Amino acid sequence: MLVLILISSFLSPYFLKFQNLVNILRQVSYTGIIALGMTFVIIGGGIDLSVGSMTAFVGAVVVLLMNSLNTVIENEVIVIIIGIATGIMVGTLVGAFNGFMITKGKIAPFIVTLGSMAIFRSLTLYIGNAGEIRSSNILYGEFGMESFMRIPVPVWVMLILAAVLNLVLNNTRYGRYICAVGSNQNVARFSAINVSFVRFFSYTLNGILVALSSILLASRFNAVSTSNMGLGFELDVIAAVIVGGTTLTGGRGTVWGTICGAVMLGVINNMMNMVGVSPYLQGTVKGIVILGAVYIQRQKQ
Amino acid sequence: MENYILKVENICKSFSTVEVLHSLSFNVRYGEILGIIGENGAGKSTMMKILTGIYLKSSGDIIFEEQKIDLKKPVDAKKIGLSIIPQEFNLIKDLTVCDNIFLGSELRKNRLLDKELMKKKTKEMLKVLEVDISPDEKIENLSGAEKQMVEISKALAFKSKILIMDEPTSVLTINEIKILFRLMKKLQKEGLTIIYISHKLKEVKEICDRVMILRDGYFVTEKKIDEITLEQMAESMVGRELSQVFPKKNKPSDEIIFDVKGLTVPGVIENISFALRKGEVLGLGGLVGAGRTEVSEAIMGLRPVSEGEIMVKNRLVSIKKPADAIKAEIGYLSEDRQGSGIITSFSVIHNITLVSLPSYSNNTVNWIDQNAELESGKKYQKLFNLKAPSLKTHLEFLSGGNQQKVSMAKTLDTKPDVLILDEPTRGIDVSSKQEIYRFINSLVREGISCIFISSEMEELIGMCNRVVVMQDGKVTGILEDKDINEEEIMFYATGIREGGN
Repeated sequence: MLVLILISSFLSPYFLKFQNLVNILRQVSYTGIIALGMTFVIIGGGIDLSVGSMTAFVGAVVVLLMNSLNTVIENEVIVIIIGIATGIMVGTLVGAFNGFMITKGKIAPFIVTLGSMAIFRSLTLYIGNAGEIRSSNILYGEFGMESFMRIPVPVWVMLILAAVLNLVLNNTRYGRYICAVGSNQNVARFSAINVSFVRFFSYTLNGILVALSSILLASRFNAVSTSNMGLGFELDVIAAVIVGGTTLTGGRGTVWGTICGAVMLGVINNMMNMVGVSPYLQGTVKGIVILGAVYIQRQKQ
Repeated sequence: MENYILKVENICKSFSTVEVLHSLSFNVRYGEILGIIGENGAGKSTMMKILTGIYLKSSGDIIFEEQKIDLKKPVDAKKIGLSIIPQEFNLIKDLTVCDNIFLGSELRKNRLLDKELMKKKTKEMLKVLEVDISPDEKIENLSGAEKQMVEISKALAFKSKILIMDEPTSVLTINEIKILFRLMKKLQKEGLTIIYISHKLKEVKEICDRVMILRDGYFVTEKKIDEITLEQMAESMVGRELSQVFPKKNKPSDEIIFDVKGLTVPGVIENISFALRKGEVLGLGGLVGAGRTEVSEAIMGLRPVSEGEIMVKNRLVSIKKPADAIKAEIGYLSEDRQGSGIITSFSVIHNITLVSLPSYSNNTVNWIDQNAELESGKKYQKLFNLKAPSLKTHLEFLSGGNQQKVSMAKTLDTKPDVLILDEPTRGIDVSSKQEIYRFINSLVREGISCIFISSEMEELIGMCNRVVVMQDGKVTGILEDKDINEEEIMFYATGIREGGN
């Protein structure tokens, strides 16, 4: 990480400018927030491929709801509050749906979330007529651009959530249980741990975080592109988690590792743009970095 | 000068900063069966892992047939003819016998697998071993002994000169052990050298020509087998005289604390009834597959029960899931330590508090009191004389006996009134066993009641106030006091006699 920052600042004098660093953080914050939820899912031995579609779906629902409420209610703040609350509720339900199918339906997480990835993208396209849904709420758009102490709101949200979830993972019963379930499901079951619930909850938590990310992302553009929003998020998110040191087989991982992973990927992106690497080649570089990072981790073990 | 096939000279092995093998030297003669015994953590398995290229030695030399060899990975050892049959079987259960034997060294014809030839060779090999298994049988359909035979065939397929067997009899029945021994003698006659690692001294005495004893990573002694008695072996292993193995039995009170009536799991166990008194050790005896583990799993809510009731302290309890059983103050130590007892990637402390975690996090946000956890960890470390570099050490780095102590601590930390111990001494050494016996004894003296499942007759006889004997999922007899002896248990376990009390 340090090496990466050094190389970057060497390659481009603009890299270490405050505005650029803030930009990187803002860019990674949306996938970063989701990666926090994905960390729990992966530690619990699961995977969620549907996060990108879920982001679009929640965003579309929130903006459509606010647009129709705007015609009835004068006060924009109330509309936003209702919109956000509904968004979080939808995210919770969608995540719970994944969790339910996996634990009660006993279908492999990969399959369930592959299915829901298709379902939620298609529903989003349907309710938005496959186009862009613009928000008629001006305040909502401003809220997404807001900064606090010169640091953008979504970055604050990501950092605060990371701090809280880090405590959840390391200091609470749930955190211990999700590691136990991911390490050895059978031991967990014999140890009177409600394995189904622990896994179910990780998907639900992931859904809530997807909703938060989606609300912030939609407000940044004050619009939702039904075909593009959240596209490819699942890969960026999983990459951040894995680069951050969480094992894909479950059982161990850290929250701050995931944040580092997300930031690292962001830095690489930023650097390539500055140096002028062809956008078509950027995927290759990113892929090599991911493989390299995981390879180094394996050697250490 | 004698002719040695293998000379091991001054081998040292350290894990990070801890040295576990201290300048170990020994020789292996052509065509002998060498027994290596020692307690858990004595360094037997580590030594064998070095010989088979799984671990790298820190220093020292290995000389094989007069040539210094350098083992870097398992394949190096296989190439020169050093094979191991590991304690845990290394077979792929979805593949056939034939596929497993040739795994990694498949025979080919025109770049395609030559299935016919492999099948033919497998048949020949199995015939040499005098076992009746079809090469097309899937591994998952085989018994423990049959799997062992497949492992042996696999080793022989590599044209082994030395075969290392790590605790080969721990999963075998008496009959299967006899077959295995006959086979070992036969292979020895054909010129194979065998290194035999075991805890079971009687077996070592029976099958080996020479025995070497290790303790705490040091070489203790080496003797011809007829120059050493069982007692001497045991004493060299633990480094002190063994006093009486079993502690004096506790006299239970008359109060019935735990009562099972008509417990039935369809197709598995049928109409199981017994009562447990306060301060009693009640044995569950029977042959492998009699349904003893299944009874405890049914009690713990791990298997769906169709009929029957369970009374704890005269109160009817409904147990649908393990949490219900924990609430009813029943604790269970699983027989399958690695599979369902402990999490090897968790630290000692985290394993100990895995079941009892709610009592360490009894607040609205379920915040874990890590200081209290640490205190408990220290308490059990002292109580069990646990040997671990630190309480934060992951269990994968501990020996089997110490893992078992952690597993016991985990079960006890929920403060159960009724303790179900399923094969608590399986695969651990004599002195750890003795520690566990004493510990169980001190628990029942404190008023805890214990259901004790064991396949070792001596344990049942030495530890239990009464023994419930099972056969084929049913209780065939309940033995008391002086009726508890090997013959009686066998009579009921094999179904020759039934309905005694």
